[in-house]
Amino acid sequence: MIETFTALADPNRFRIVEYLLGGARSVGAIGEALNLNQPQVSKHLRVLKEARLVDVEARAQQRLYGLRPEPLRELNAWLERYRDIWDQRLEQLDSLIEELKTQDLEAAQRHARKKKG
Amino acid sequence: MSLTSVELESDRTIVISRKFNAPARIVFDAWTRADLVKRWWAPKALGVTMASCEADVRVGGGYRYVLRNPDGGEVAFSGQYAEITPPSRLVYTQVFEPMADAGSVTITVTFDERDGKTHMVSRELYPSKEVREAVLASGMEHGLRETMEQLDALVSSPGLD
Repeated sequence: MIETFTALADPNRFRIVEYLLGGARSVGAIGEALNLNQPQVSKHLRVLKEARLVDVEARAQQRLYGLRPEPLRELNAWLERYRDIWDQRLEQLDSLIEELKTQDLEAAQRHARKKKG
Repeated sequence: MSLTSVELESDRTIVISRKFNAPARIVFDAWTRADLVKRWWAPKALGVTMASCEADVRVGGGYRYVLRNPDGGEVAFSGQYAEITPPSRLVYTQVFEPMADAGSVTITVTFDERDGKTHMVSRELYPSKEVREAVLASGMEHGLRETMEQLDALVSSPGLD
């Protein structure tokens, strides 16, 4: 998971991943589309490959880089799980707060009656 | 629709927020008092229960929340209070004990009361360079969400396999 985060942390690598959502592309095509030079693209692709975010395939005379969906799915699952946990916690907190508010109100009313009497 | 918002922010932070229909002093109490925390901190619908809950709510004091998972396993979260300003602000550290080596998260919670309602914002600042870098990528959360949607469309299209 940390590998996925690290790999996507670099804005240019993130842009490459976004670009590759359109399908597998060559180093040249990626560089041209994102305005990066070839050594930069190769360097980023190496990191993305190590994080298993991209795969390379040979097609005709070209080497094409394409996305592997699994690490991105894992990352999304991680965030969604965190959302679920906090959503549930705070729903429970909300119920508790409603209960405390009622108690608070009753206590205030008792106090007011005592003052009057 | 969920009333809770969980967002990645542009440094090493995760931000959780929600509005409560109560004054800040009640929300602050529910957030800090151990006898109250144990009633909401375990996500019960996931089968998780609170095994124990202790909190010494003063600056330098510690807390320890222990969750019991459906399989019976227990995991503890613990930390220390760095700042306590009732009913508007709290700062404390948090260590997920099974991964204590990863370092501690610093959590800043603010309770902003307006017209009897309280907007709670909890900012979790993560220690590791990896996570910080990840979240530093501009528009990460937004970008990721869109990426996921596009990815879902892509992986369910017939061309991929």
